Amino acid sequence: MSLLDSLRLRIATLFQTDQLNAELEEEIRSHIQHRADDLERSGLDRVEAERRARVEFGGQEKFRAQSHEALGGCLFPALLQDLRFSLRVLRKSPGFTIAAVLTLTLAIGANAVVFGVLNSLILRPVNVPDAKSLYAIDHSINDDWESYPNYRDLRDRNQSFDGLAALALSQVALDTGKDPSRIWGFETTGNYFDMLGIQPYLGRFFHPSDERGMNSAPYIVLSYAYWHSHFQSDRGVVGRVVRVNGHPYTIVGVAPADFRGTFVFFAANFYIPMVNHDQMIGESVLSSRRNRGVIQILGHLRPGVAREQAVADLNTIGAVLGKEYPSDNPHEDFSLGRPSMPGALGRPVRAFVSALMVLAGLILLAACANLGSLFAARASDRSREVALRLALGSSRKRILRQLLVEAMLISLAGGAGGLAASMALLRRLDTWQPFSGVPIHVPVQPDANVYLVALALAIVSGFLFGIVPVRQVLRSNPYEIVKVGSAEKIGRQITVRDVLLVVQIAICAVLVTSSMVAVRGLARSLHRSFGIDSNNVMLVETDLKMFGYRPEAIQPMQRRMMDALEAIPGVEHVGLVDFPPLGRGGSWKANVFQDETKDQRPANAAANSFMYVITPDYLHAAGTNLLEGRMLTWQDKKDSPPVALVNREFAAKVLGSSSNAVGKYFLAKDGTRIQVVGIVENGKYLSITEAQQPAMFFPLLQQAPLGEQWMLVRSSRDPQQLASVVRTKLHELDAGMPLDILMWNRELDFSMFPARMASLSLGVLGAMGAMLSITGIFGMAAYSVSKRLRELGIRIALGAKRSEVLLAALGRPLRLLAFGSAAGLLLGVLATRVLASIVYQATPRDPLVLAGVVFAMLLLGLVATWIPAQRALSIDPLVLLREE
Amino acid sequence: MNDQAQLLPGTLDLLILRAVSLGPLHGYGILLRIGQISNNALLIEQGALYPGLFRLVRQGLLKADWGTSENNRRAKFYSLTAAGRKRLREETASWNRLATAIACALAEQPEEV
Repeated sequence: MSLLDSLRLRIATLFQTDQLNAELEEEIRSHIQHRADDLERSGLDRVEAERRARVEFGGQEKFRAQSHEALGGCLFPALLQDLRFSLRVLRKSPGFTIAAVLTLTLAIGANAVVFGVLNSLILRPVNVPDAKSLYAIDHSINDDWESYPNYRDLRDRNQSFDGLAALALSQVALDTGKDPSRIWGFETTGNYFDMLGIQPYLGRFFHPSDERGMNSAPYIVLSYAYWHSHFQSDRGVVGRVVRVNGHPYTIVGVAPADFRGTFVFFAANFYIPMVNHDQMIGESVLSSRRNRGVIQILGHLRPGVAREQAVADLNTIGAVLGKEYPSDNPHEDFSLGRPSMPGALGRPVRAFVSALMVLAGLILLAACANLGSLFAARASDRSREVALRLALGSSRKRILRQLLVEAMLISLAGGAGGLAASMALLRRLDTWQPFSGVPIHVPVQPDANVYLVALALAIVSGFLFGIVPVRQVLRSNPYEIVKVGSAEKIGRQITVRDVLLVVQIAICAVLVTSSMVAVRGLARSLHRSFGIDSNNVMLVETDLKMFGYRPEAIQPMQRRMMDALEAIPGVEHVGLVDFPPLGRGGSWKANVFQDETKDQRPANAAANSFMYVITPDYLHAAGTNLLEGRMLTWQDKKDSPPVALVNREFAAKVLGSSSNAVGKYFLAKDGTRIQVVGIVENGKYLSITEAQQPAMFFPLLQQAPLGEQWMLVRSSRDPQQLASVVRTKLHELDAGMPLDILMWNRELDFSMFPARMASLSLGVLGAMGAMLSITGIFGMAAYSVSKRLRELGIRIALGAKRSEVLLAALGRPLRLLAFGSAAGLLLGVLATRVLASIVYQATPRDPLVLAGVVFAMLLLGLVATWIPAQRALSIDPLVLLREE
Repeated sequence: MNDQAQLLPGTLDLLILRAVSLGPLHGYGILLRIGQISNNALLIEQGALYPGLFRLVRQGLLKADWGTSENNRRAKFYSLTAAGRKRLREETASWNRLATAIACALAEQPEEV
């Protein structure tokens, strides 16, 4: 018989089970009748003959089962039987079932959520054709920022890529005739869409042929979502002229609905050719090699070119560029990364999500260990039942299968529950926009991968905890157990259950340790000095350049705005800065040199320092303390000697020492000699996890006019009231001025976001770990007490003290707890090194954390053993001895 | 009953094939035939026949058709397929080889080793 035939027969038997059963019954009946006929002929009466025939036939049930097996249709009906039986068994102990299913729901749910995030942020490629060969060029310095001229050289000189495109993030004022608004999008090179190979939904995209020199391509492509929400899906929008930062731009097309730009976090509202950058911001910076405004360069690797080849190619070009433009291009090493996130963001996100996945995996492992020991305990409680079934002729294989079916039922139910819960959570996360005004969100639509992983996890964990009792069942000797009962010998040998419990507690202790480290780190970072005092400070953001002010008109206007704000009653200090520290806009950095440096090439720089442009009262408004020297004043003007304030780190690094640095000079990157007139305290500038960085503060009037500007208004007045007064006052100066107003603390959320998310997710995982260890220890302790009821009863009857009884009943679980906790604590301390890069101030070598973990585990042990301990103490030996 | 021999594992299939090779038979008939050709020297539990029969049908060595028996009762008749016939030949040959070898081995005297 061919394989196909046998397969067909097997499938047929699945569906014709009833007919086959009927035939089998008829055949057996026919056999017995024939035998009875013969017996009747030998002289027996018919009734007796049929009885004898049936007896001679043997165990009908057994042969029926064997026949089913021989027919090949055994699995399905037998499985159904197992299923029905398992359901009955599970219904009989609802507490156990619910606890087990809930445990798995939590564990699998946590895994599905983390995997959902991992899947959409890291695993899923960018939604463009042929995404596999699409790479971003990362480099070792400047957080991957590159200059436009360098991009052009890389694009034209490389032999490894089929075209390289470049991206920059951009915020513009878009005026469509009504409601002018500031929106975020991409400035891209002309070849962006062609290189990605995507087609517009409406109209056309711009192409390299549209770029004929600087500011030659006043075109804008809208995203589908923006077109849908702001143009009401008007198909006539193509060809319409809108104003971008005051300049006329033609809408040439609309991008398809499923394309939101190549960054996974960031949904671009528009795409504008990068060659028009200078026109839009009203500055001539694009052609400068110093202005690293390109956030990412990306392109498809040519077929047949290996990554290493491409990297070597890029490094060769980089070396040449470094020689050609030594003052602008420090040495850098290129590498290839994924285009879905800018490298500086991608690396920590990837590391963190992967670490979370590992922790979630540990949770599941702990849950499996937990359920495994529960199942093992149950199996030994059920040894009598198993023995009975073995004695009645059931095969061990069948019993094991039934136990596995039971485990599978529980794990699938838990998997389904976990998946449902994670779906709900992921959907919420998907529509969540953590920051108003910035199109940042976490796109985590669950897909088939997530379902598959949840199913696979359910099945694997079912097997994991299902096979724990196997050895027990295989070893069980029905005759012994039926005869003497399942009084296990109380030995000192280490059982599988002990090992499982220790593993589980160790895992839980790791989780508790990591979450404590994270939470403690966050708490510390919240109470840490950032070199600013953001309480009671309101931020007012605007961009005069974007709204049509000519450069020479900007500084007088800023002065008037400062005066107007200072005049508001209740306002203590008003300051203005180009970008506030720790803001979402980032901060500028520049190379500085020591006074003696003759050759100002990047390699000779004394530091790469943050730089801020401020008004005199900014320090008071921001709450930054001046340690030495003087404040800046309005007298520090264009024609007076250039001065600056620096922070202590700057003083130490560039000027040699932080004391008596006042009065010393340093050189700016353009060679200007600048005198330090004051030292301010150190602070945090870009992120709260950064190492201490140098920073310098320049007077507003000695710098080029600012585009974007942030005004800081320190006042203890009610924010809403104050906001409306601020708005009125500034609109008295210019009625059309757009203003974004928010409290500084709210703005700081942006830089706290990664740390908060990290602490939240770790906190949740830690709580789950704690819960699992409670159930695990509780299960073990309760089981150990119930197993030894008789022994404990005798001890009590013989006059044992309460403490001795407790020690006998719970000593072992508690010892295991201590052992597991110690192991977990050690592992946790090692594992949380990863956290330090994300959670500010996260260090596992923190006595408070160590004490906290020990205390937490003790508390967990106490909670978990409380009920079993009560039970052990309330044993009444008389009742017990009578019953047994 | 005590002078009946227990079946070696795997030999039931061979006996069934052999019994059926002499003409189509129903289950009970096969038992009788095995008893007859083995001079009632082999012990077969009656019910144990059926799993064996089904296995052989599944392997394509036997085919089964419903018919009417000599007692005028409905019964399933089994007959050999071509593959069954071939298998019977092979198994018979291999059994004979094995039996000869075992018999030889058991007949050896200690001093001849």
